[in-house]
Amino acid sequence: MHPASSHIELSGISKIFPGIEGRKPVQALSPLDLQLPKGEFFSVVGPSGCGKSTLLEIVAGLTTPSSGTARFEGNPIDGVPDGVGVVFQEDASFPWLNVTDNIAFGLRRAGVEAAEIKRRCDYAIGFMGLGDFADAYPAQLSGGMRQRVCIARTLVLRPRLILLDEPFGALDQQTRLLMGDELLRLWRETEATVLLITHALDEAAMLSDRIGVMSARPGRFIELIETGWPRERDSRLVSETGFGALTARLWAHLRGESQRSLGMKAPT
Amino acid sequence: MSRAGWIRVAVLAAAVGLLEAACRFGLIKPLTLIAPSKIAVALLGLFEAGKIQPDIGQTLGNVLAALISACLVGFALGVTLHGLPRLRRVIDPLLASYYAVPFFVFYPLFIVIFGMNDLPIIAIGFLFAVVAVIVNTLNGLDRTPAVLLKAARMHRLTRLNTAWRITLPAAAPYLLTGVKLAVAYSFIGVIASEFIMSGAGLGYAIGYAYNNFETATMYALMLFVLLLVAAVNAVLHIYEQKLLARRGRS
Repeated sequence: MHPASSHIELSGISKIFPGIEGRKPVQALSPLDLQLPKGEFFSVVGPSGCGKSTLLEIVAGLTTPSSGTARFEGNPIDGVPDGVGVVFQEDASFPWLNVTDNIAFGLRRAGVEAAEIKRRCDYAIGFMGLGDFADAYPAQLSGGMRQRVCIARTLVLRPRLILLDEPFGALDQQTRLLMGDELLRLWRETEATVLLITHALDEAAMLSDRIGVMSARPGRFIELIETGWPRERDSRLVSETGFGALTARLWAHLRGESQRSLGMKAPT
Repeated sequence: MSRAGWIRVAVLAAAVGLLEAACRFGLIKPLTLIAPSKIAVALLGLFEAGKIQPDIGQTLGNVLAALISACLVGFALGVTLHGLPRLRRVIDPLLASYYAVPFFVFYPLFIVIFGMNDLPIIAIGFLFAVVAVIVNTLNGLDRTPAVLLKAARMHRLTRLNTAWRITLPAAAPYLLTGVKLAVAYSFIGVIASEFIMSGAGLGYAIGYAYNNFETATMYALMLFVLLLVAAVNAVLHIYEQKLLARRGRS
């Protein structure tokens, strides 16, 4: 892959958090490289605490790496770049705004005209299944619905790069699969590049073009796996013959790393 | 109104009714307390005679001056301290023990500094209220979830826009708690100061009536102060309930 054609290019990225009040500094990421071509759906799986979220924050421009360079569309990432949208793991809905105003928040700040805002919000509310709750406040919604509000708020901005930090963690399994389908559809329609952080192996296996498996902390990629799925795909993939083999392969890598991150004895 | 609310009203009404009966049947001497109905009549009489309007104006003016300055200064100091964690670590214990100081004892000092006018009264009301605003501002800013500020950064908001669109609404319920306390404290500070160092205002008028055995006037003024503070609190409470209902915390 030629770097010039990469939508995202990370080289020699590491992150060390300084020790606070006498504690030892923590190395979250060991130097790692990664290139994502434009339009790729890339997932990162890894044991908890391996620096997945730190990696995402570096790409989002929310954290500066301790070493190495990160580029988005050829430009070094310095602060949050234009055209990048993030869905966080935690509930980031604004409790003082109703569902519609939450979803319209970014569009209004960007000065999009009112008719277009309404069109995009109505569409997002529809496909996120929030139709009956357009005027509700986040406190009146379930955790999963709040997360859908956050997903909608990010996607209506039509980011060229979508960063997702375990966005479906708060959803039940069925909703997860259906949201995965919607995400795939949006990804195809908008031709955005997607970087998804997840701990759900089946989710990574179903959604991705390519999966990066990370080691226990300090995180680095121990393998990059091409799934080979066609661009037109949905959650029915789970019954494909290759699907089981793929998740098994992911688990084979992750079992030992997860044991290490939990401080268990050497894997057998 | 909820069932508890009706019971609360009934308890209050019964208490006032009992007091009325005790006064009417001579169980309580008129020199000690006059019947609530007579207090209400006396209050209306004071309004008709135009006697207390100047005092009300005087007190409300001082309370508003103390309240507004306490809210503005308290909010600004709260935001500043939140941004300077080291200074905050130094100041925090002082804020926590602030209300242990009976600063009415400083009133002669304020008169020396400001002179014999409204300023020392406003200063005491302000000092009484300002720290409640600082503490609750800090509390509100502390409790703004970090992910909301990250979301603000992802929307590439300016600092001012982040403060206005994210921090302020996120901290609003806590700021309102500070304002509610500031209202109560500035009333207490101003009226209490008027007792000791003023020639006008509701506090002065109550003291004057007491010294001259004008029992009806004294109780009428006390009733007015109670009604005024209750009304202000009710308005703030209704607004707060509206705000909290939206956020599912009522």
